[in-house]
Amino acid sequence: MSILIYAESAEGKFKKVAFELASYAKKVAESLGTTVTAVTINAADVSELSKYGVNKVLKVSNDKLAGFTAKAYADVIKQAVDKEGAKLVLLSSTTDSIYLSSLTAVALNAGYASNVVGLPLSTSPFQVKRTAFSNKAFNITEIDTEVKVLGLAKNSYGIFESASTLTEEDFNPIIGDNDFGVKVESVEKVSGKVSIADAEIVVSAGRGLKGPENWGMIEELASVMGAATACSKPVSDLGWRPHGEHVGQTGKPVATNLYIAIGISGAIQHIAGINSSKVKVVINSDPEAPFFKVADYGIVGDAFEIVPQLIEKMKAFKSQQS
Amino acid sequence: MKILVCISHVPDTTSKINFVNGDSEFDTNGVQYVINPNDEFGLTRAIWFQEQQGATVTVVNVGGPETEPTLRKALAIGANEAIRVNATPTDGFFVAKQLAEVIKNGGYDLIIAGKESLDYNGGMVPGMVAGILGYNFLNSCTEVNVDGTAVTAVREIDGGKETVSTSLPLIIGGQKGLVEEKDLRIPNMRGIMTARTKPLTVVEPIDAAVNTKAVKFEKPAPKSAVKLINADNLDELINLLHNEAKVI
Repeated sequence: MSILIYAESAEGKFKKVAFELASYAKKVAESLGTTVTAVTINAADVSELSKYGVNKVLKVSNDKLAGFTAKAYADVIKQAVDKEGAKLVLLSSTTDSIYLSSLTAVALNAGYASNVVGLPLSTSPFQVKRTAFSNKAFNITEIDTEVKVLGLAKNSYGIFESASTLTEEDFNPIIGDNDFGVKVESVEKVSGKVSIADAEIVVSAGRGLKGPENWGMIEELASVMGAATACSKPVSDLGWRPHGEHVGQTGKPVATNLYIAIGISGAIQHIAGINSSKVKVVINSDPEAPFFKVADYGIVGDAFEIVPQLIEKMKAFKSQQS
Repeated sequence: MKILVCISHVPDTTSKINFVNGDSEFDTNGVQYVINPNDEFGLTRAIWFQEQQGATVTVVNVGGPETEPTLRKALAIGANEAIRVNATPTDGFFVAKQLAEVIKNGGYDLIIAGKESLDYNGGMVPGMVAGILGYNFLNSCTEVNVDGTAVTAVREIDGGKETVSTSLPLIIGGQKGLVEEKDLRIPNMRGIMTARTKPLTVVEPIDAAVNTKAVKFEKPAPKSAVKLINADNLDELINLLHNEAKVI
């Protein structure tokens, strides 16, 4: 049962999720007694994948694929799977990879499980654990097709080094015009800020901050920590912060290493969206706030007093570290 | 323009999640069901097309008779008609095949589904439908405008957004942004009354492969109690985050 991964890159450089996916694939390959092949699209230097146990790279370089196009990318992955005769296809859970996963699964006639956490529980029958009910539960899913597609939940496995000898092979899949029915006209990225999707730390604030004018200290704390900023649903509904910052069940999901909630009471929908984060800190003046039940570390107190002090302490800590 | 809105019938976001029968089934006891929030944003946008551009709006659900109140609610909000495919939605591919059949038979131009449902969070059905039919597909869609058969739309990407151009027939996996929260409609009495007489057609499923099955459910392990840190001892927080949790 050989394994193929799609190692996602942006502007020629691998995303961190590519290394997490490679680490995961390597571990699964060991248990199945097989090897890991990666397909890359316009990645400049693929040698880095050898650090994480990848044995072979199918390297696609094609100007037509310069911008992300889900259908074309799915088509490339399908052809790579066919070429390698891979039976297990692993993808990340970025917005782009989720977008192309279902197209890939249909093209391959494969059963597909998304949001997979942890190594397969069994390989015959093939069973994996995945998050469901917005992180309020897990669901063991069995995939019965010959080819299987898994979407690995972000930050759920970790990155582990495992050196391998890597063979590179140029791969030229056929890209048809009908792969480009959806054309990207323009891309707008928030520059100079860490995005919630890429962040290892997220600093999030809620209605306890009383008004949008008080977000300066949240942005400063985030900037000192190299974190992304986020907010609760009421805050985005009130227009205090842009919708793109709304995290929770109906907003963006967060699966970071550290999530700091300031003045957020912790409604069940908010918790559902952020619960995959590894470590949670709550700062709230109300000791009865539900967030304290799910947090690892908590401070009861006034955010307007605590956050400015925390910024200074964090600056001092950072300068010690550097 | 003929619009089809795919509706999932899901537990309300405040529901307690429990399982029965040896953790093999979701415990529906005491659970309130709603239109999946991502689908409701899409439905409301579809009603906008109906009112502003003369579109007709059909809603569809793959599910048992217990899901009909959710379809009636969509009719009360303003959809013209409803279809229920009489099958249990256990596998994403099976559901996608059923929806593709409805779309082929109904000749819909724009198919709006939520990017994921809040129960299984599979996030795969809209893309699979597009894959089966070979239609254009846009996921994580936050804006959609139609002029004739030309479409401009916006997709949320990690750290920003992109604007795309495409054409009908199109399938979107929608989310908040298609309309804002404040634009969502609560059915009024007149809507509820007229919904009772709007057509709700039940169709039997077609044969389709079931590629995956949910074998069992688990609840997360209980969490250990929060460590409280005194507000005047922030050094301790930094120490714990650095040395114990190792996240800074």
